[in-house]
Amino acid sequence: MGIISSGFRGRRSANPGLPPGQHETQDFPVLTAGPAPLIPIDEWEFFIAAENGQRLSWSWTEFMSLPQEEITKDIHCVTSWSKLETTWRGVSLDTLFENVDTTKDFATAHSFGGYTTNVPLWDLLGGKAWVAWEFDGEPLERAHGGPARLLIPHLYFWKSAKWIHGLELTEDDVPGFWESNGYHLHGNPWREERYS
Amino acid sequence: MSSVWRVAEVVDGMPENATARTIRLRVAGLMGHLAGQHIDVRLTADDGYSAIRSYSVSSASPDEHLDITVDELPDGEVSPYLVRDLAVGDQLEIRGPVGGWFVWRPDRVNAVQLIGGGSGVVPLMSMIRAHQASDNESAFRLLYSLKSPETSLYVEELHRLDQESAKLTVDYIYTRSTPEGWPAGPARLTSDTLLGRILPVEASPDVFVCGQTVFVETVADWLVTAGYSPESIKTERFGGTGGIR
Repeated sequence: MGIISSGFRGRRSANPGLPPGQHETQDFPVLTAGPAPLIPIDEWEFFIAAENGQRLSWSWTEFMSLPQEEITKDIHCVTSWSKLETTWRGVSLDTLFENVDTTKDFATAHSFGGYTTNVPLWDLLGGKAWVAWEFDGEPLERAHGGPARLLIPHLYFWKSAKWIHGLELTEDDVPGFWESNGYHLHGNPWREERYS
Repeated sequence: MSSVWRVAEVVDGMPENATARTIRLRVAGLMGHLAGQHIDVRLTADDGYSAIRSYSVSSASPDEHLDITVDELPDGEVSPYLVRDLAVGDQLEIRGPVGGWFVWRPDRVNAVQLIGGGSGVVPLMSMIRAHQASDNESAFRLLYSLKSPETSLYVEELHRLDQESAKLTVDYIYTRSTPEGWPAGPARLTSDTLLGRILPVEASPDVFVCGQTVFVETVADWLVTAGYSPESIKTERFGGTGGIR
């Protein structure tokens, strides 16, 4: 224990679902580095680019015809808010990776608008990540990443890239946008991997 | 370095208005920071319970001092303690300063348009102070949108710089009530009002927008629609549920 602030009481939530240093919010704050891009549905695609020029892509119609999953997960933002039991609908990355043949270990997620973030493949596969397009029963709002965003709830939420465009598979773990601006390469909230 | 908790001592506390106060901290070994960065503050109760919040740095000193300005949230867990109870001589723990994106660096040659809503002006003030202290001669313009004169931060300093510094112009928009004798009545911020009081697209300014979520999203959309390049606009959300990015 460090410095004690006598007179500080705080508000004890003691919720076991909260990682260290997090507090619960009922809101859904928006955190973005710049303006929200506007992406018409008929221009939307999701791609996965692997080695040897291998590039799979889905139009919105193709994407919507894939098996959809209901997801209920806690989400944790590095700025210390957590939102518990949020509900989403989207396509599992396992589904999207079915026909991808790769030996790469990492991915750079690219968003419309230029945002990037790096994620190990290990964190994307095995029922841990989705491309989500519905939040709380409604189409995902543009401010929250609509038409679709990555959803990787077991990592800090900046990894769940808004306005997701695609994944570029990489040999090495290449720092993305926030990771090049002082934030942790990996971002596990339970280990408080906040800053580099 | 920025991920380590360090002890900070409160060396001064200066009220800004009825609900906000600037707290000056001394952090041993700190050697300045970038204008626009924030710190995490950790408070620990005597039974070990702790709470962490992020606060923007408002100062621009090159040494081991830094200021944070905290606006009390009526329902806040941490801010009422920082504004009302924390005393000079107290210690608390901080992490940072952190952030390498929503920052202004003195080697930038572009003109700068700052747009702050309410206490979103805090990191912008750090940029203004860093700019004033540097030999950077680029034009800075601040558009400060606030509910009423009573909620204003850094009143005298901004007024003085607006009058005396050739490098800074300040515009105010009051949305609920205005100072006495103000030429216009209070009004909602609109795209037209905003665009009439900022550096034009042709000036290719670096734009920093900070405020509550709705303010930031709305303003950023207006700017893009008006032709400002999305790459030139940096945004930061402030206040509400635990602060900034």
